[in-house]
Amino acid sequence: MNTEAIKDLCYRMADDELILAHRHSEWTGLGPLLEEDIAFSSIAQDKLGHAQALYTIMHEHCGEPDADTIAFTRAEDAMRCSHFVELPNGEYDFSLVRHFLFDAAEYIRWTALIQSTVEPLAKLAQKIRGELKYHLYHAQTWMVQLGAKGNEESHLRMQSALHEAWPFAVGLFEPGKHEDSLIADGIFIGEHEAQERWLALVAELLQPSTLVTPHGVEPVYGGRNGYHTVYLKPLLDEMTEVYRVDPSAEW
Amino acid sequence: MTEAEIYTALQSVYDPEIPTISVVDMGIITNVEVRNDNDVRITMTPTFVGCPAIDYMRRDVESAVMGLGIANVTVDVTFDSPWTTNRISEKGKAALLKHGLAPPEHFETLTLSLDVLNNVACPLCGSRNTELKSPFGPTLCRSLHYCNACSQAFEGFKPL
Repeated sequence: MNTEAIKDLCYRMADDELILAHRHSEWTGLGPLLEEDIAFSSIAQDKLGHAQALYTIMHEHCGEPDADTIAFTRAEDAMRCSHFVELPNGEYDFSLVRHFLFDAAEYIRWTALIQSTVEPLAKLAQKIRGELKYHLYHAQTWMVQLGAKGNEESHLRMQSALHEAWPFAVGLFEPGKHEDSLIADGIFIGEHEAQERWLALVAELLQPSTLVTPHGVEPVYGGRNGYHTVYLKPLLDEMTEVYRVDPSAEW
Repeated sequence: MTEAEIYTALQSVYDPEIPTISVVDMGIITNVEVRNDNDVRITMTPTFVGCPAIDYMRRDVESAVMGLGIANVTVDVTFDSPWTTNRISEKGKAALLKHGLAPPEHFETLTLSLDVLNNVACPLCGSRNTELKSPFGPTLCRSLHYCNACSQAFEGFKPL
């Protein structure tokens, strides 16, 4: 089995989940409604768990350090997260749209991974897909509520956020160096196929929202090769602060 | 020492977030292997991947079995047999209800529309004239509902 290819796939997925978990957690205590505060906090906790499980697979099967070391000690250019998850939360409309587009992509990825030839990934996928249904349900409910059932302002704000998010969302599917072997070895369907399935799912779920997705937009790439936005470094500094002060601290 | 004795001991280990249900009735103990009187291996699996209570439960499971006088107790946490709410025993569902949580109903497949979350039976009055308020609640495994019959908010244990 191609360990380098598996690591590349796991790092990009886990880093996306870790960084977006941190962004979602920034809504804790600040959500516009108590239920939303709880929802974003819960989703953050789930995502953090998914990242930890992926890091653990790499630790146990690919010879990488333990999960905490991987999560908290890598430099910015060693991170493989997409620009999409690095962007600040902005207004609630942008956070909701990012949550929707990201979780649709996650749902496609983890559904495909159920068939993966990498057994621990396939088993984890079976488990995580069930959790993602709740994330996607939550996100879609708000896309429809604010898109079709809200008012002119809510529709305009969601549509505008969708346009802002779109090039970054498509950038989630930046092809990596190991695409061919991931596909040939049956590890993953590959970024191109994942993007096609994602576009179809997004179109289906957005249909009742009356919101439309842009066409002909250039995707924003770079994160999978270690080139990041200016927003990542401050996030990493904050996220790793306790660990850097005392690596043995429990919190 | 038999498997049954181990399971009996584990009936006294409770979920720290829902202290009326044991780890056995929750269905998170996926295997018990008695290698000999001094060597027992237990496999468990978390309810949610990011469940913060799993480390506590793992320690509690370990000490409960060591309390039987077994020197070597190994507790593995794996996703080999992924947990679903269908693994919760009838006794476990009754314990959830006692804690004020609507127990999850058995399901074959969980669709993306999560229809199963609407019209959950109210744990207070039993009416099914209820609606889902939010799929996320105070812990990862709970959802928020409202009963139109008795006008009370309640929590449910999410089918997964």
